[in-house]
Amino acid sequence: MKKWLKSALALAVGGTSLLWSGMVQAVEIEYWQYTYASRVEAIDKLIQNFEAANPGVTVKHTHFPYADYRKKVAIAVSAGDGPDVVQLYYGWLNDYREGGLIQPLSSSAFPHAAIEENFFPMVTTMKVDGEYWGLPTAVRSLALFWNKDMFAEAGLSGPPETLDEMVDYAKKLTKKDADGNYLSVGFAVDTDGQDHHWWREVLIRLYGGQPYSDDGEKVIYQSDAGAKALKYLTDFEATHKVGANGFMNRGQDAFAAGKAGMVLDGSFRISKFVKQEGLNFAISELPGHNGKRYNFSSYWVNGISSKADGEKKAAAEKFLQYLTSDEAMQLWLDTVGELPAKPAVALVDANKTHPLYGPFIRGLSYANATAFVSEKPQRQALIDAYDMVVLQGADPAAALAKVAKDEQEVFDEFFGN
Amino acid sequence: MTDFWNRLTIGQKLAITAWLFLSIPLVFYITIRFYPTFEAFYVSTLKWNLLGAKKAIGFKNYIKIFADEDFWLVLWNTIKYAFVGVPVSMLIAFVIAYWLNEITFGHDFIRAMYFIPFLTTAVAMAWVWRWFYQPLPIGYFNIMLSWFGVAQQPFLKSVTQALYAIMAPAVWAGLGFQIVIFIAGIRAIPKSYFEAAEIDGAGRWQILREITLPALKPTIIFLTVVSTIGFLRIFDQVYTMSADSAGGPLNSTKPLVLMIYEYAFDEFKLGRASALTVILFLILLVVSLVQLWLMRKHK
Repeated sequence: MKKWLKSALALAVGGTSLLWSGMVQAVEIEYWQYTYASRVEAIDKLIQNFEAANPGVTVKHTHFPYADYRKKVAIAVSAGDGPDVVQLYYGWLNDYREGGLIQPLSSSAFPHAAIEENFFPMVTTMKVDGEYWGLPTAVRSLALFWNKDMFAEAGLSGPPETLDEMVDYAKKLTKKDADGNYLSVGFAVDTDGQDHHWWREVLIRLYGGQPYSDDGEKVIYQSDAGAKALKYLTDFEATHKVGANGFMNRGQDAFAAGKAGMVLDGSFRISKFVKQEGLNFAISELPGHNGKRYNFSSYWVNGISSKADGEKKAAAEKFLQYLTSDEAMQLWLDTVGELPAKPAVALVDANKTHPLYGPFIRGLSYANATAFVSEKPQRQALIDAYDMVVLQGADPAAALAKVAKDEQEVFDEFFGN
Repeated sequence: MTDFWNRLTIGQKLAITAWLFLSIPLVFYITIRFYPTFEAFYVSTLKWNLLGAKKAIGFKNYIKIFADEDFWLVLWNTIKYAFVGVPVSMLIAFVIAYWLNEITFGHDFIRAMYFIPFLTTAVAMAWVWRWFYQPLPIGYFNIMLSWFGVAQQPFLKSVTQALYAIMAPAVWAGLGFQIVIFIAGIRAIPKSYFEAAEIDGAGRWQILREITLPALKPTIIFLTVVSTIGFLRIFDQVYTMSADSAGGPLNSTKPLVLMIYEYAFDEFKLGRASALTVILFLILLVVSLVQLWLMRKHK
């Protein structure tokens, strides 16, 4: 773009925002998210920038622990209180929408064509009944974190590229005492963490299946591919004995303590591992199978609560526009470590070849997001199937048949079938 | 007004004053306790997600609950918490109280030691126990087992052990209260009974069986009911100690209250949650009625 044109545009945008702020005088809106140091820091910076550009609008930032987040939002909004702009996990969208906690984004402030052109395609899961209900600042994908020191000690030079290599490496990385108790695990299985996503969107697809029907109303992972994928995951603990679910409480804790050779996690975990003294790690793309690769992407969106109306709604829309701007996305990547939600911002060379973020950003191009109906019971399905196989010795196919039935009930109830 | 007041008898004045003071807790109970309880009966016949329209669906919530096999597992878990937790904790508490009553040196100190867990936040304590139960190399219990060459136990990761592993800190936390009540009960027995028995040549075991235990019946019934209700309402320990707060593995530790919580605050099914609350209410009501009946018999 020509320089003069850019400045003209900037002037126009600045001018209109000045006009806006003249109209919406001294409006205070509330923004809610959960407490996570880097996210809080990023939002504080963004609010500062936003308020400087929009005199007359102030944003009150409230955050509280993740464990209480969902119910506090639900209770506050239903009591006509709480946030105007609210952060929610994309998997909760249907719960929030059904619960009437959020309102659709107006197509004048957020034209659909622009959203579909500028954002990663996975954002279309935010479009329900012809309306968009929230937009992300950042997206997440998964990658393999591996402990360089442990790899070197085991005589391994680089990360596993395939599923078979991953098992092989995990065997070499596992250390046990004389009684066979783990001193360190090859791969930190953690069904509470990201492994259910890995199984659902990556392993099943690598084995040639898919988790849900194309219309998203039927559970179809109780297939041969689903069972193979579950067997692959449970074999780490049950057969190969190179990992134990929840070893050292959580997979991320085991890895941070240098007691796990590999763990799967999102880019948001980088900031934790970087601060860990004595942990020498690297990140690579998720292993593939038969020449294919898949990834899982997820995101948190910002929505406008059903409580916002009148000039508060106008201010909330302006703030949301800023939160989903290119500038906010780059700031979010630099502060929080989550990936920009627009290809134009994410897929620049500096980001793609970044030693830490690169593998995540490259993973985005072959990632799928699950269209959750209700995340918690759906996650429970894999946790239960895993326990049936590992703790009760059930056959993977039989375990899947059982949890698929439970999950289908959640679907049926939601879709009214 | 003053005329009216002056014309009252002293008895009437006393009654009015008493009711004035009583009205404060009464108003509190009616608005904070009783009204929501009756509201729960009404909500249990609705399909409602906190915000959307309330839809009357009759007894469908109950039908769904009774048709759900998870409900029966959860009910069975709840019964296990109460029927194992209560006798075990009472037995331990009585043995400790009995011997603690015999000693004078260090009595107060030891009693305080037993009482401290009762005052500690359940969640903080449960977290510590969750770490105790971890496998090697960090779990304290497994480290101790390994000193004696005993195989590692899965504890919280086992479908059969997890419920008892979670029950243990709940029993431990309740001990202090039970011990104090037991000691008070033992001390309330007139000394002359024991002296008379000793003169007649009764042994320690005989005194315990024929005098102490029968005299403690009201104490035992009171503690049984209070602890049963406590165990039937167990929540904090399970929420804190089970992975992902889900009452796992495979629902093997999930009690009724956690199921209510999940319906209400994870899935926003307020109707179904209320129906479960009503069921729990009825169970607690039966337990309390049985207590009243037993107490009357032994008066």
